[in-house]
Amino acid sequence: MDGVHDMGGMHGMGPVKPEENEPVFHADWEKRMFAMNNAISAVGVRNQDESRHARERMDPAKYLGSSYYEIWLDGLIRILSEKGVISEEELSGTVPAKPVSIPRPALKGEDVDTVMDKGGNYIAERGKSARFKVGDKVRAKNIHPVGHTRLPRYARGHIGEIVADYGPHVFPDASAQGKSDPQPLYSVKFASTELWGPDGTEGDYIFIDLWDDYLEAPGDAA
Amino acid sequence: MASNHKHGDPLPETVLRVKSLESLLIEKGLVEAEALDALIDRYENKVGPKNGAKVVARAWVDEEYRQRLLTDATAAVAEFGFTGAQGEELVAVENTDKIHNVVVCTLCSCYPWPVLGLPPVWYKSAPYRARVVREPRKVLEEFGTLLPDDMEVRVWDSTAETRYLVIPKRPKGTDGMDEEALAQLVNRDSMIGTREAGKLPVAEGT
Repeated sequence: MDGVHDMGGMHGMGPVKPEENEPVFHADWEKRMFAMNNAISAVGVRNQDESRHARERMDPAKYLGSSYYEIWLDGLIRILSEKGVISEEELSGTVPAKPVSIPRPALKGEDVDTVMDKGGNYIAERGKSARFKVGDKVRAKNIHPVGHTRLPRYARGHIGEIVADYGPHVFPDASAQGKSDPQPLYSVKFASTELWGPDGTEGDYIFIDLWDDYLEAPGDAA
Repeated sequence: MASNHKHGDPLPETVLRVKSLESLLIEKGLVEAEALDALIDRYENKVGPKNGAKVVARAWVDEEYRQRLLTDATAAVAEFGFTGAQGEELVAVENTDKIHNVVVCTLCSCYPWPVLGLPPVWYKSAPYRARVVREPRKVLEEFGTLLPDDMEVRVWDSTAETRYLVIPKRPKGTDGMDEEALAQLVNRDSMIGTREAGKLPVAEGT
């Protein structure tokens, strides 16, 4: 979706403001929010791309005015509500919590390190065959899917070069809709001046990880 | 998001809503309080940029390790026991006299947790995400990192599950230092690419 989360290249955001000796968390509620969002992955009621897409669908004015973990709060409530796992009425306490059936058991405290050390897996054993190879010139398609996508707006329509083939990976656009559609993932190198024209810098490059479906041969552009 | 500075004063309803959500998720059996505590402890106290600093220092002193890191960073980093969530597919990119690398996630906050821990607020903020792909040199200047005109800048936008770790240049005048002492020079930002190594100490928890 062409949302406010897709920020690459936007103007008017002001200076970057690093904080000296920044703590990992700034408040207790941030810790709990971080932990809930990670712990709940174990039960398998929503995947990572559904989770990301939920955050992207926050009211855009609120998104821009919210801190990071406020966005996580909004996104987690949104996706769990959509999945029928929780409701606003339960949250506000106007109705008692209804039991839910979950695909997998909740994460135990003693298993946290093992589970986090293992991580997830987004590499597919097989998928669509690669249409491109290292060295190929490709164009990022000028597409505007309404759902989740990892093709940033600033790359669309522009020509780059495949510099690595990372092999078949779960396709996030499909994954956010509960599907998989595994396909090759590439590292694509774009010249700064290709993306930003005269406002770019000659000799600088931007590397973007892009899936096969996002790309076309440069001559194929509509 | 543009602000991202409101940490001290979230709306009281935000704090209340987080509490209500936690109570509800626990009551429904979706999360357990002990797991939440363990997750917080892990990323506050166990997993952070000191991990990445060890990897970088090893690459500086051990040419064979450096090659392994550049060839298969996931495996090379796993030699230290650093693995897992948000670092399942690591790629190391090396700064040289001719190339400077810097990492961003323009779409959100992707960041190599096993080596750097959780990202700082500025990394997740609108100004950084918006600007570093368009005017990286200007952003780096604001971090005090001035790059010569003939240096090639490479910006890595983490749009997939690949997580990028910058190997900063080894500071000059460190020839006699051992791996452990060198690791002290590797600050977090140097592994994102916004600063050089040696400029800042690796502070506790950052």
